[in-house]
Amino acid sequence: MKIPKCKGARDLMPEEMQRFSRIKAVFRKCCSSWGYKEIRTPTIEYLHLFTSAGTLTPEMLSRVYSFLDWDGWSGERVVLRPDGTIPSARFYVEHLSHLPVARLCYIENVFSFEGSGQESRERWQCGAELIGGREPEGDAELIMLALEVMDELFVSPVNVKLSHVGFYKGLMEALGVEETKREERLRQILSGDTSVLSAIQDQPEDIQRFLKLLGGLRGKSLGFLANLNAILPPSLSRLRPYLDDLAQVAELLDGIGQDYEIDFTAGKGFEYYTGIVFQFYSEDILLGNGGRYDELIRLVGGRDAPASGFALSIDSLLPLIYHEDPAAPSILLTQPGKEHGNMKPLFDLARELRRKGHTVMFDFGRERASDCRWIVRLEGDSETGGVALRDTKTGREWKGLTLNDLLDTLGRHHSRTTDHPLRDSN
Amino acid sequence: MTLKLALPKGWLQPDTAVLLERAGFALEGYDASSRSYRPVSRAFPDLFIKIFHEKDIAIQVAIGNYDLAVCGFDWFQELRVKYHTHTLVKIRDLGYGKRDLYAATAKGSPIHSLSDLKAKEGPVRIVSEYPNLAEAFAFRLRLRNFRVMPLWGAPEAYPPEHADIALVTATSPKEMDEKGLVPLAQILSGHAWLIANRDSMERKDLSRVLGPFHGIEPERALSDELSIAEMGQSVEIGPPHPDEQTVMLALPDGHQQVHVQAFLRKIGLEIRGYESSPPSRRPALGMKGVSAKVIRPQDMPTQVANGNFDLAITGRDWLRDQLYQFPSSPVKELVDFGFGRVRIVAVVHNDFPAARISDLHAMLHSGRIPVLRIAAEYTNIADQFARVHHLSPYKVIPTWGATEAFLPEDADVLIENTETGRTLAKHNLRIIETLFESSGCLIGNSQSLEDPLKKDRIQQLVEMFRKGLGA
Repeated sequence: MKIPKCKGARDLMPEEMQRFSRIKAVFRKCCSSWGYKEIRTPTIEYLHLFTSAGTLTPEMLSRVYSFLDWDGWSGERVVLRPDGTIPSARFYVEHLSHLPVARLCYIENVFSFEGSGQESRERWQCGAELIGGREPEGDAELIMLALEVMDELFVSPVNVKLSHVGFYKGLMEALGVEETKREERLRQILSGDTSVLSAIQDQPEDIQRFLKLLGGLRGKSLGFLANLNAILPPSLSRLRPYLDDLAQVAELLDGIGQDYEIDFTAGKGFEYYTGIVFQFYSEDILLGNGGRYDELIRLVGGRDAPASGFALSIDSLLPLIYHEDPAAPSILLTQPGKEHGNMKPLFDLARELRRKGHTVMFDFGRERASDCRWIVRLEGDSETGGVALRDTKTGREWKGLTLNDLLDTLGRHHSRTTDHPLRDSN
Repeated sequence: MTLKLALPKGWLQPDTAVLLERAGFALEGYDASSRSYRPVSRAFPDLFIKIFHEKDIAIQVAIGNYDLAVCGFDWFQELRVKYHTHTLVKIRDLGYGKRDLYAATAKGSPIHSLSDLKAKEGPVRIVSEYPNLAEAFAFRLRLRNFRVMPLWGAPEAYPPEHADIALVTATSPKEMDEKGLVPLAQILSGHAWLIANRDSMERKDLSRVLGPFHGIEPERALSDELSIAEMGQSVEIGPPHPDEQTVMLALPDGHQQVHVQAFLRKIGLEIRGYESSPPSRRPALGMKGVSAKVIRPQDMPTQVANGNFDLAITGRDWLRDQLYQFPSSPVKELVDFGFGRVRIVAVVHNDFPAARISDLHAMLHSGRIPVLRIAAEYTNIADQFARVHHLSPYKVIPTWGATEAFLPEDADVLIENTETGRTLAKHNLRIIETLFESSGCLIGNSQSLEDPLKKDRIQQLVEMFRKGLGA
């Protein structure tokens, strides 16, 4: 009887795993060279960790995989982590809070129930957190690091969208949205539902006009923020610091020469963000997001430490990247007439070939020769010219080779291009 | 095409019977005196009808065993609030069986409002027969640290000492008051509903059964979504909390109650308020430094493990069920009373072609049954049974009572208790395996047994009980 995989789960094929590994490798390399240290937190955490922050919405929490552990008689539930940032914050508080600044990164899976069966309930992400810095330079660093990762993966162009959660929280307050409804409204706005803004009907006309503009405009430069500042209705003047916050990061990105878009409808994600939030898009595919969460460390029991971070979705990146199998083309190694004989000569020859970087598979009589570029037959002693080679692509054959002849021949035909086919030659 | 209708046992039964009579179903066998679980409709002879415990109905419709059902709104919501796949649809508010779901505490609690609850140091302990609604309530309120303790019953026995808040249903505020509970917020309010399986509604013609319901309009439909409406409460003084030296003893309600009463009388331990029916949740015990509460025996192992109680009189069946779920749970059996002796057995219907466990293997192996469905109140014992006997694939269907009704249509095997086997035989059921024998026993929290403030008094009680057995 065939037993299918769990509903909502996803298998990754060998070809996808090659790309997956490439994303991990590039992410690790970039993070490491920017001084970010990789950590790994457990898959299982206490539910309490995610409720203690008080920042995940009831809707999100109701989709968390939670259960009683084998020692859960007290009713303490554990969960499959639904998010990577909150465990990183716990990790920092538990192990690294003596450090004034911690640069951490992780490659982890997160779990959340998805009912439609369209998306996987297990998602992989690579994230980076910069804990201990309040400066906008930190936000700029994270944005540039994320972009470097995607550039190294040849994902381009990537659009950066900037927004500000503090701005919205302040707006709700200024508009007198009831405190109990504020979170709900904020959630609607953060999930891209701008109809909420225009629904606030009983506001003075200047405010209504400003809000409409806000929903409809996408700023492309620092000037946009200056424009908003100039037309900000006096009753909303308390929002000015948030626009200034955004302007600081925008100015830094301008200085680096990095394009961005200021989009006040962006920012879908978790509610632990307190300040600037950013998203990375390739066309309409959200590749990752991040932002500033200055209160989270304190909420999970640490000292008052500002922080920001981002996470890239490996699942979204997978179909976008190119990856060539570095081990191809491979060699099928056979020893005619020696089905159950002494395998030592075969193993010795295979070891030599593998040392030179070749992928070598033994032929047990069931492999399809066409799956391999080369077929090597060990007909006698490899020291004295007992090796035969066949190129399955051209049909050409060599006989009577020694080990050195074999390596030479393979080496001559096996010079691979190091240029990436998707990389522009300029 | 046979249509299947599930109807509730218990408190909704009389009103549901009246409704179905008015709707012209002409039911036979759906009254309190009937011992069958399969009423018949003279108006719709081919309609398959089965009676379930009210907690089981929504899940039976959700998994597609039944097309239509009459169900309390509370159990419908308990299922739907947790599981996002919408396989259940509400067809009609039936206008009777009104109940409200409250978040309540008890007199003497330091918690007088929802903000007190949010501000509480340490985890908020929530007890309820509705664990999913309790969790949704905690999420909605954004409680930062909470524990939901699911209960089989008697939630009113827990606050204020053993829980900060209880989620309970009541038909009126008076009922809350009689139970000594102080409601802080009303969370849901509703009637009995006619519900349907979504797939049945979309694909099958249910009209001839739905039709008769159509003429019956309720006076007023009630809003059915979870919303937290806080209620103002004044401070009330309650009984003093037990101090940390007091030994807490849990006594059972239900079947074991008469046995325990007789035993306590025999050993000369005075108790007041336990003999009435229903018993007082806080009977007065004539022993200094020991306090008693009356709760469900099913809930005791968990309540002893989590330290709410030091000692409890329950059955070995429930102790085992706990230990199968939590092998290192700090609960152990201290005294075997020997009363209330039952066998825990695996049971099949007489029409089911299996006389022993190896027959189940053969049926699974040949594909005659794709999945073995095991229904049980003892879900962890059932799970252990299937694993030990390598009955793969299997699934355990948790039930809340009237488990015999599940065979043969809605389960293949039951894990049940039986005293004489007569009730099983009456329902045309056959025992294929005896798992173990269970009787009333005293269980204790192993940490309490080491507690210098309590251990002497616990030892004294245990000795009294042991002597009583010998006498």
